[in-house]
Amino acid sequence: MHDVVIVGGGNAALCAALMARETGASVLILEASPKEWRGGNSQHTRNLRCMHDAPQDVLTEAYPEEEFWQDLLKVTGGETNEKLARLVIRASSNCRDWMRRHGVRFQPPLSGALHVARTNAFFMGGGKALVNAYYRSAIALGVEVRYDTPVAEVEMDGDKFEAVVTEGGERIPGKACVLAAGGFESNREWLREAWGRNDEGEWPADNFLIRGTRFNQGVLLKYMMRAGADTIGDPTQGHCVAIDARSPLYDGGICTRIDCVSLGVVVNRLGERFYDEGEDFWPKRYAIWGRLVAQQPGQIAYSIIDRTVVGRFMPPVFPGVTANSLPELAAKLNVPVETFVRSLDSYNAACRPGAFDHTILDDCRTEGLEPPKTHWARPIETPPFYGYALRPGITFTYLSLKVDDTAAVRFADQPSPNLFVAGEMMAGNVLGKGYTAGVGMSIGTAFGRIAGTRAAAAAMGRTVPRSNIDGRH
Amino acid sequence: MAAIENLLDLASTAERELDRNAAEVDRILHICNACRYCESFCAVFPAMTRRLDFSVADSHYLANLCHNCSACLYACQYAPPHEFGVNLPRTLAQVRKDTYIEYAFPKAFGELYRRNGLTVAIAVSLGIAVFLMAAITLRGGLFVSGLNSDFYAIFPHNLLAVIFGIAFGFSILALAVGVIRFWNKVSEPGKPVPMSNAVTEAAKSALTLQYLGGGHEDGCNNEDDAFTLWRRRFHHFTFYGFMLCFASTSVATLYHYLFAIEAPYPLLSLPVLLGTGGGIGLIIGPAGLLWLNIRRNPMQTDASQHTMDRGFIALLLFISITGLALLAFRQSSSMPLLLAVHLGFVMGLFLTLPYGKFAHGIFRCAALLKYAIEKRRPNPIQAGSE
Repeated sequence: MHDVVIVGGGNAALCAALMARETGASVLILEASPKEWRGGNSQHTRNLRCMHDAPQDVLTEAYPEEEFWQDLLKVTGGETNEKLARLVIRASSNCRDWMRRHGVRFQPPLSGALHVARTNAFFMGGGKALVNAYYRSAIALGVEVRYDTPVAEVEMDGDKFEAVVTEGGERIPGKACVLAAGGFESNREWLREAWGRNDEGEWPADNFLIRGTRFNQGVLLKYMMRAGADTIGDPTQGHCVAIDARSPLYDGGICTRIDCVSLGVVVNRLGERFYDEGEDFWPKRYAIWGRLVAQQPGQIAYSIIDRTVVGRFMPPVFPGVTANSLPELAAKLNVPVETFVRSLDSYNAACRPGAFDHTILDDCRTEGLEPPKTHWARPIETPPFYGYALRPGITFTYLSLKVDDTAAVRFADQPSPNLFVAGEMMAGNVLGKGYTAGVGMSIGTAFGRIAGTRAAAAAMGRTVPRSNIDGRH
Repeated sequence: MAAIENLLDLASTAERELDRNAAEVDRILHICNACRYCESFCAVFPAMTRRLDFSVADSHYLANLCHNCSACLYACQYAPPHEFGVNLPRTLAQVRKDTYIEYAFPKAFGELYRRNGLTVAIAVSLGIAVFLMAAITLRGGLFVSGLNSDFYAIFPHNLLAVIFGIAFGFSILALAVGVIRFWNKVSEPGKPVPMSNAVTEAAKSALTLQYLGGGHEDGCNNEDDAFTLWRRRFHHFTFYGFMLCFASTSVATLYHYLFAIEAPYPLLSLPVLLGTGGGIGLIIGPAGLLWLNIRRNPMQTDASQHTMDRGFIALLLFISITGLALLAFRQSSSMPLLLAVHLGFVMGLFLTLPYGKFAHGIFRCAALLKYAIEKRRPNPIQAGSE
């Protein structure tokens, strides 16, 4: 029997496995996917949000604990847990040497992502390179890995973990267990149920695309909820951005995002604008647009730009729909021509002259327009015109198992002695809503390491000194 | 008539292939440009961010900038089995071959790349046959005693100098014309830059094989996602071994014409020391590269180039083995045979320099120079600098 059984094969699972193995425990990883799809959503990630008090290798200036915390407080609108959030923040400041020891390499911020040079450490090659490095290190350290092994059930004796049962019916016992199998974002039926029907009688979730893995079906989340584990969070909340409507249903990843929203206007299926496109810098706003589009009829919207901004935003993966006049563009996008042209004309007429500068919150704004565009508002009048259809793209869901700083799964507010949870399955403790780039990996890394350390200790009858896990050494 | 039509068909099929490979580069780089996770691995990705669309000329440039380290393949979230099917190392390898064919001089000889194993084999066979026959004709046999290492007793020095001079001179000319054609196709006018800085940087990148380091100096990928520095090391053995051999020949030429010191040179003389060191490097390097090449994950490579790659490696190996054998047995009666075989392999190399794997170094250096120049110019694309 293994000391620690890890269910899942992404960043949090691998951090847990490596920490448990480093303390001497025998470790088995059960990854639902085949080897080529291993790593869950981590294979699509690109950076880690990191607290730091002074410049560090790829990180510029400083990003102190308090600023990180305020950023998190702002994006979540208070839907967070300060104690756990600060634990994650502090852990993010000193985990990178450990990551490097396991083969993870960092790179300077990508061109086109300089705005996070101060706050985020980019993985060289992205998340799949990180996942590959962790698997290599884990296997070299003697961690056993089984692919194609989805787990269906968790066998408990009261609040004590006994074994997992695979979908194939195999019972795999362990002395302790870490659940790190992701949220339920890939489960379209569950999404449909969670989002329900809107006033127009539509099932909005039917039009969602999944930015990440197809393997996060939420099987264990549902199983643990039925088994009476404490949960936290709203099933409709998650990291949801507006992506190209032509993206694949699963695994579209980073390249499907559309970064020209703040440089133009966005209209819905009726040809009407519905939100201030220039409210703030795009990196601070991209995470709200998925939800905004989800609230529009047909869960679709169109980002409209003209020639003047081509080359000023990250190139989209698919070419835009092109036209030499606005009515032609409306027709090609299948949007009512009259309303569309009226929306664009009102917008163009409302643009006040200003000094356009997309690197600052400039003074190009509209006047007397509802909704307004408060920055980077310039008339859209120079052909060719481009339109990009947008759909909500779910990255991961926030409905979670409730934890405290030990990462133990809880039943009626009592912690299990040997069952722990990490990653998306518990990220909702810190992220009640909203998102800020790279924080998912900060949570997964911090709680993966805590869960692995705790699980190994539980399996081997040791206690864990608090200083080992709260991020301070 | 049918034969001519077949030939035309063949040519247009090849033409379509060219377009298809360049179009695939354009398709893939639109995905890469929207992702950019691989930006620190090598020069290809920073060069990509200077463009929004990728012309045939761009694909030729980027293909030769790629060292096939393949870090981007293993790191790619869009690599097969993903429906986007992104495999940049293989696609650029295919275009690389297209560029060798496209820019070859004379142009018709570019076709020699298509069946390169055969090309090299024929060149070597011809070389060996000529020297064997010449040895027999000039000395009456392949085993002659009492020559006391005197190579020129078999083939007069001036004869060798003329034959190899012509072959080498033609190859250099052909390579020069090819690389100039390539340069004219891929470069565009732009702001002047400090050329000496650009040249120094390109030379350093080439001489240190910077881009076989993976950007993190852990090395490149061979069989799987683990990194190795052995490809760089074996290539260093090969390249610097080759240069030592070249230096040996150059020194010997100077000795001969300037100081009238004629071969055979003593074991501790400069030409023999340089040649021996180079020969050893040219055994270790190519043997290692062959081993890595055979073990390489087929996903990383264009299978149609295996004969070109391995043929060239084998040729270098045969040259070094026969060269060292000649040194070891130069006083025996089999010297004429060994000399003829060795010279045959060297001639095979000289004849195929512009029509085989050797050309990769020339085009690679040109691409590195272009990269060093263009990175000193402002990026015309100011994407997402907010």
